[in-house]
Amino acid sequence: MNQVKAGTWVEIEKTLLTPQQRAPQVPEDTRQTPYIMKVAGFLVADALFGEEVSVKTMSGRLVSGTMVVVRPHYTHSFGDTVEELIPIGLGGEI
Amino acid sequence: MTRDNSYQAVMARKNEIMKSSMGLDYEVYRQGELAFDYERMMSDCGFSLEDIIRIQAETKVGNTPMFELRNLTNAVRRISEPGKGARIFVKDEAANASGSFKARRASISAYVAAQKGYKGLIAATSGNYGAAVASQAAQRGLKCIIVQEVFDSKGIGQPEIVEKGRKCEAFGAEVIKLSVGPELFYYLLLTLEETGFFNASLYTPFGIKGVESLGAELTSQIRSMTGKDPDAVMITHAGGGNLTGTARGMRAAGCDARVIACSVDLSGLHMASDHDFNRKSFTTGHTGFGIPFATWPDRTDVPRNAARSMRYMDDYILVRQGEVFYVTELLAKLEGIERGPAGNTSLTGAVALAREMNQDQIIVVQETEYTGAGKHHNSQLAFAQRMGIEVRRGNPEESVNGRSIIIPENLSQIKGHRQDMEKLRISYLKNAAKQLAPSQWSEADRKFVAEDVKKDLAWLDQALKQI
Ligand SMILES: Cc1ncc(COP(=O)(O)O)c(C=O)c1O
Repeated sequence: MNQVKAGTWVEIEKTLLTPQQRAPQVPEDTRQTPYIMKVAGFLVADALFGEEVSVKTMSGRLVSGTMVVVRPHYTHSFGDTVEELIPIGLGGEI
Repeated sequence: MTRDNSYQAVMARKNEIMKSSMGLDYEVYRQGELAFDYERMMSDCGFSLEDIIRIQAETKVGNTPMFELRNLTNAVRRISEPGKGARIFVKDEAANASGSFKARRASISAYVAAQKGYKGLIAATSGNYGAAVASQAAQRGLKCIIVQEVFDSKGIGQPEIVEKGRKCEAFGAEVIKLSVGPELFYYLLLTLEETGFFNASLYTPFGIKGVESLGAELTSQIRSMTGKDPDAVMITHAGGGNLTGTARGMRAAGCDARVIACSVDLSGLHMASDHDFNRKSFTTGHTGFGIPFATWPDRTDVPRNAARSMRYMDDYILVRQGEVFYVTELLAKLEGIERGPAGNTSLTGAVALAREMNQDQIIVVQETEYTGAGKHHNSQLAFAQRMGIEVRRGNPEESVNGRSIIIPENLSQIKGHRQDMEKLRISYLKNAAKQLAPSQWSEADRKFVAEDVKKDLAWLDQALKQI
């Protein structure tokens, strides 16, 4: 298994509320799902990927959960080209 | 001893947690079951407009440019009746430290938290406000935690929300990412309790005071650019703080232009639904917040909301998602500036309204927001298509939220829909009546309710007969 070194920036996931524990006003579809939290932090001790671990977050809190990503990063972009936008502003608006 | 951290137990500790996380006691303003002394609460923060402007200047907030959108104005005139087509101005709030007017909103809380010796700030928000709090905290040497609703049960987050989380992290904040649901508030309370940080709620007097500088600035800028006051100011409306703060600032500067709210129409989509979450192409400035907050402000993370938009609102216009995307593209192509779509909600409302106004009149779009990967109309539309939503050109009025987004074919299809203000006021009264039957309202309650909807007691008596 993948050993991850203490100090590595990782993301953990934790179930905060099971479907049964959710707030009374939650709509039906949402009620079928658990309430989940993810947070990133520095791994406190060497661990295997997918294990229960503790991380130290940016505010200095110690939070525990399942390690789900090593070195989380962003991939959002400007998206695939939406051709409908291209002609706008070329004179056809009047 | 370990504390009971179940949903019910934490919610029951709400008042205690709130009090220690802000050092503000709302009880002293109480005047009745419904009534409280709003103006005293606002002035008790102890900051004059000059103080606010000075504090904001320390952290790269305020003094943003005002631009006249000449090409857009000309385009609107070409589709309007002769003599119609007001001059359109925009206040470029994207120039604030974190890229939106929300920097104003966070600035005073950060200042107060630092003064009172808190170690950090916490805010629950999926929006620009998180980035604003993070940016202000960074400048004041405070830690920062942003509690954000990010992903649905499949782990998918829409691009704009993901980008806003990234921006918070860029300023060194911890971002707690949550799945869909109103329990965000529950987790906010838990985190406030755990850390003892300051609750930088969007709805405190500090937050709203911070926006007053925007209203004052826009008034003086329009005066010096045109020699007169604006006729109308168009304000993107969600929780109502943007409108409330701006209108109060305009009043302080002696400007009585019409104050017009504008939201994106997202009717038919449920805000707490896991399914609907990723079928909305707007994460703020929409009716999912706009209508409930206008018609009952006290539904927030503080006991009394300082954002009370119906006190100041003269009109409320709704626009469609496709209309805002069209205008966002047009702004780039005609005016040479790219700005985020949510912030262009009010620009879209202004295009619709300018057509009805005379050419010598002035309409001010009161903000812009930053744009970039994720926070962009192309990202939003591409993501919507992936979620199975139809995107096409046509008549935006035919779009069905959650199923289709229709981008207008031409400028004259930007119409907007004026809401019935009387209906909104009645719906406020119905919400008030749910708190306490009108027959039980004291004189103070009656006066408060009337003021809260910008009406007098004679109107109230008539209106109460209808509910
Ligand atoms: C860019 C922008 N404009 C307008 C709004 C609406 O402000 P408010 O919630 O105070 O009505 C928001 C916040 O949600 C925003 O981020």
